[in-house]
Amino acid sequence: MKTDSILEKILAAGHLAVTSECGPPRGALPNKVKEKAELLRGCVDAVNVTDNQTAMVRMSSLAACILLRQMGLNPILQMVTRDRNRLSMQSDILGAYSHNIDNMLCLSGDHPRFGDHPMAANVHDIDSVQFIEMVKTMRDEGKFQGGESIDGPPKMFIGAAANPFADPFELRVARLAKKAKAGVDFIQTQCIYNVDKFAKWMEGVRDRGLDRQVYILAGITPMKSAGMARYMKNKVPGMDVPDELVKRIAGVPKEKQAEEGIKICVETIEQCKEIKGVHGFHIMAIEWEQKVPEIVEKAGLLPRPSVN
Amino acid sequence: MITAERKPMEELTECMKPFGRILLVGCNECVTVCAAGGRKEVGLLSSALQMHFMKENKPFEVKELTLERQCDPEYVEELAPHINQVDAVLSMACGCGVQEIARRYKEKPVFPAVNTKFMGASESQGVWAERCAGCGDCVLGITGGVCPIARCSKQLFNGPCGGSTNGKCEIDSSVDCAWQLIWDRLKALGKVDLYEENIAAKDWRTGRGGGPRKIIREDLAS
Ligand code: SF4
Ligand code: SF4
Repeated sequence: MKTDSILEKILAAGHLAVTSECGPPRGALPNKVKEKAELLRGCVDAVNVTDNQTAMVRMSSLAACILLRQMGLNPILQMVTRDRNRLSMQSDILGAYSHNIDNMLCLSGDHPRFGDHPMAANVHDIDSVQFIEMVKTMRDEGKFQGGESIDGPPKMFIGAAANPFADPFELRVARLAKKAKAGVDFIQTQCIYNVDKFAKWMEGVRDRGLDRQVYILAGITPMKSAGMARYMKNKVPGMDVPDELVKRIAGVPKEKQAEEGIKICVETIEQCKEIKGVHGFHIMAIEWEQKVPEIVEKAGLLPRPSVN
Repeated sequence: MITAERKPMEELTECMKPFGRILLVGCNECVTVCAAGGRKEVGLLSSALQMHFMKENKPFEVKELTLERQCDPEYVEELAPHINQVDAVLSMACGCGVQEIARRYKEKPVFPAVNTKFMGASESQGVWAERCAGCGDCVLGITGGVCPIARCSKQLFNGPCGGSTNGKCEIDSSVDCAWQLIWDRLKALGKVDLYEENIAAKDWRTGRGGGPRKIIREDLAS
């Protein structure tokens, strides 16, 4: 075992892991974090805490992770390369680990153009692959990126994202291979709506043996309405929502669409369970966290395993 | 080349307002090529400024000059005979030219007439696009001749990100995804194996991270 992370233990024991997400509030109210996180207690193994998601200012991921930790939950610190240079990233990683936060997700982040500070400078001192390498070096060699020794290295279980649906498709497995080479431990994928395409990507992943090097958690986001399905299809870069799916959800009356969305989401999980190399699920119910217990239950993923 | 675009007329008339006689100085190099501040643009701006102040009944004289290279002290010296006859200089060169005039003529106010944009190339008639960010340690040899710093919106050395769609960048469908271009070129070169190598974190000291940069060529310096 590389870390003391509960998530790592669950994955290593061969269980299907379940993670979910808690987006910190647009303000300094700790209860907003706690209320959201509380909804996830008992039904997931770890909770991603997003870092200025969609390039909008929010409470820092680190602060919200600490709140989750204090509640006895198991947070995954998300960090984007957009807002910080390597000094700042490393100091936050040390800070996180000092609060027993031992999972993190290394991302490049959405471009500021999409957020509420489009005038902000983009940092991107390092990219997500270099970021993984940095965290691994901190953990396994006890060295900062600059080369000096760390007095008490942070033992992070290192995650990253992969989008099987972005272009060029032929590079998507290769990009994962780069992250694997950099030392990533687990991957959470972009939301899966096109299961066939995901299965094809997983085939490529298995062909290169990457499913034996990294744990792959399939990304799942329930859709609340036909409007949301259309928005995801047309407005979110790198999202693949097949027409049939939009039609299916648009085909039921408005008041039944949310229910249909959950149904689709549970079916997707069931289909993904059949795909070899899938090690778990990352359920991102954006501003719909209260549905996570229901989804996890219906998908037959309860009770969550206990490990120590 | 260095590309530039003329500032909006209102901004220029506003900063020229306090002055009665100015020297409007163009440059024969990059800004001539990108049609922002060459002899022709000097002529056009001169007429426009004079017209503007004439309408306001304000006396305003413009002396026009276009130097061979405004970033070169040798040519900037050519302004010496004229400098005392004007209240201010309006430079149509890139930021380097403006600063060279400021350095040489310490007591004369100098204003930029253009916004210096980027180092780029001409894509088609009247279209210029960014190509190089002057990072000081060129990686084009391993990225298929496409710059990941200047041309990827997230400056990724190991792209593409998850937003690349149909060859375009997630920020705007009119922007090519640099990593699609890199990948296409590596394929054309039969060098796809280069993609598998992770490019290590950049040492930004060779770029702006190390503070203002200087090149000293001992063999040429005197
Ligand atoms: S790698 Fe550096 S020097 Fe080369 S084109 Fe890009 S910014 Fe310019
Ligand atoms: S879409 Fe391409 S160019 Fe745009 S940020 Fe991503 S990798 Fe870079």
